[in-house]
Amino acid sequence: MAAIEISGLRKDYPVGFWRKRPWRALDNLSLCVERGEVFGFLGHNGAGKTTTLKILTGLIFPTAGAATIQGLPIGHPDALRNVGYLPENPYFYDYLTAEELLDYFSRFFPMSPEQRRQRRELVLEQAGLAEFRNVALRKFSKGMLQRIGVAQAVLHNPEIVLLDEPMSGLDPVGRRDVRNLILQLKSEGKTVFFSTHILSDAEAICDRVAILQRGKLVGVGQIAELLQRQSGFEAVIESCPAALLPRLQALASAPVLASGGHHRMELAEENVQGLLSLCATHSIRLISLNPLRFSLEDYFVELLRAGEEARGPAAAKAKAS
Amino acid sequence: MIAAQTLAIARNTFREAVRDRVLYNLVAFAVILIASALLFGEISIGVEKTILINIGLSSISVFGLLIAIFLGIGLVHKEIDKRSLYSLLSKPIHRWQFVVGKFLGLNLTLLVNTLFMSMGLWGALYYLTRSFQPEDVYIWTAIYFILLELFLVTAVCLFFSCFSTPILSAIFTFLIYVVGSAASDVRDFGTLTKNPLLESLTTAIYYLLPNFSDFSVAGAVSHGLPVGSHLILLNTAYAVCYASMLVIAAVWIFSKRDLK
Repeated sequence: MAAIEISGLRKDYPVGFWRKRPWRALDNLSLCVERGEVFGFLGHNGAGKTTTLKILTGLIFPTAGAATIQGLPIGHPDALRNVGYLPENPYFYDYLTAEELLDYFSRFFPMSPEQRRQRRELVLEQAGLAEFRNVALRKFSKGMLQRIGVAQAVLHNPEIVLLDEPMSGLDPVGRRDVRNLILQLKSEGKTVFFSTHILSDAEAICDRVAILQRGKLVGVGQIAELLQRQSGFEAVIESCPAALLPRLQALASAPVLASGGHHRMELAEENVQGLLSLCATHSIRLISLNPLRFSLEDYFVELLRAGEEARGPAAAKAKAS
Repeated sequence: MIAAQTLAIARNTFREAVRDRVLYNLVAFAVILIASALLFGEISIGVEKTILINIGLSSISVFGLLIAIFLGIGLVHKEIDKRSLYSLLSKPIHRWQFVVGKFLGLNLTLLVNTLFMSMGLWGALYYLTRSFQPEDVYIWTAIYFILLELFLVTAVCLFFSCFSTPILSAIFTFLIYVVGSAASDVRDFGTLTKNPLLESLTTAIYYLLPNFSDFSVAGAVSHGLPVGSHLILLNTAYAVCYASMLVIAAVWIFSKRDLK
């Protein structure tokens, strides 16, 4: 049984003052998150990431489609028994101290007073907030609020943790801590489903990612698998005669750059042999040849651009009509 | 488990209220006003006690109403607006538990405040008369009626708070309180006009809006007149039934609401 299963989820919001018309925030989203995996949910602002997480936690209702958490349909409290959730830019009752907040939230789970105390101590320690346990939340910085947010999400030791932009607003140390926490949750066998803008973080910790654009799923898969499709090579050679430059450029997949007596070029795997032959024939020294690993960011941007291009003619047509 | 969860929400609502400085200002102001009633009594020869009880009960009622409206209008809206609700409702609870917990928490706050202000009135009364008369016990009946009235006002606030902004909720609740306090007069006015349409309209208002006028017994109590047990029963049943209907309506509205 999958940890989270989403099938044909759609969400329309009514917009407009007098004549309400539907605005589609989520369009026929289907995906499956397996148990024990760290799943990254990527997309630009307004892509539908938060909407998806809010539907899963029952904060908003889907217009169509269905979803289950550990086989239980969303919308019933039982589906949330094993789920921890960190909302985007979390805000908590600022008149409570960190300890009081955790005590309050722990009362919604079947735990004895002793278990509540132990879990409270543990998550305060994990979040690095033990020394601030008696400080009112109104005095917390944004980073500390994010930490207490993560702490309340894992308070009841849930099997599934949903994090909405957990690294948002954090400094590099805070981001590293959250990253480590996610990896720790993974090592404990938990399922982590999180949305993020920070692609390097997703690349570093996710088993799989899904990319949303304007509410539609445009890509999903294992990171290694997604990036492999785009691999190439980067070659650095000694400066060659100007007459050979057009031949070099013909082999390259991007403009050849000259700097410091070297030429740097990117080329596809099938052109590597051609470059080696060229170098051998004209006695050009090959300084380095390295596999070029495209980043998740490159993949992400390319997918979004492809989506925009596909949408372009349709949008223009709609505008004309 | 469901009861414990709901009570946890009620307890937190109470905690939120008691950590609000505005509440203390209002309670302090009410106690000062009750104490100042002693001064009014000194310039009213022979009716000091009547003046004290009248001003005291009116202060408890007015400040209770202010606290109920001030805290009640933000009960649900504030949590949505500040997004503190997201973390709470993602816990395994039903939405009705949140609404009922909030309602109970605010009523607990009002109960404690009213008892505190009542102790002030009781103290002022003892200071004035140095002894209690048997009919003074009816003051507690009047205080009980004030609590029922506040119970009803809280339900009205909660109902509006589920779909309206705090300012609009405050205006609606206040208007309903004013019209509801003069419900009998409104109906009598309709009857006097002899206009069937107006008569039907005022009768509909009389039955639809909460009738607050029956909860006001300060005048009778200040003159030492008893309050009949049938009125206590009827008022209790009326407040409980009416407030329950409003809370059910609030739950229904809130359960269908998207928390964007």
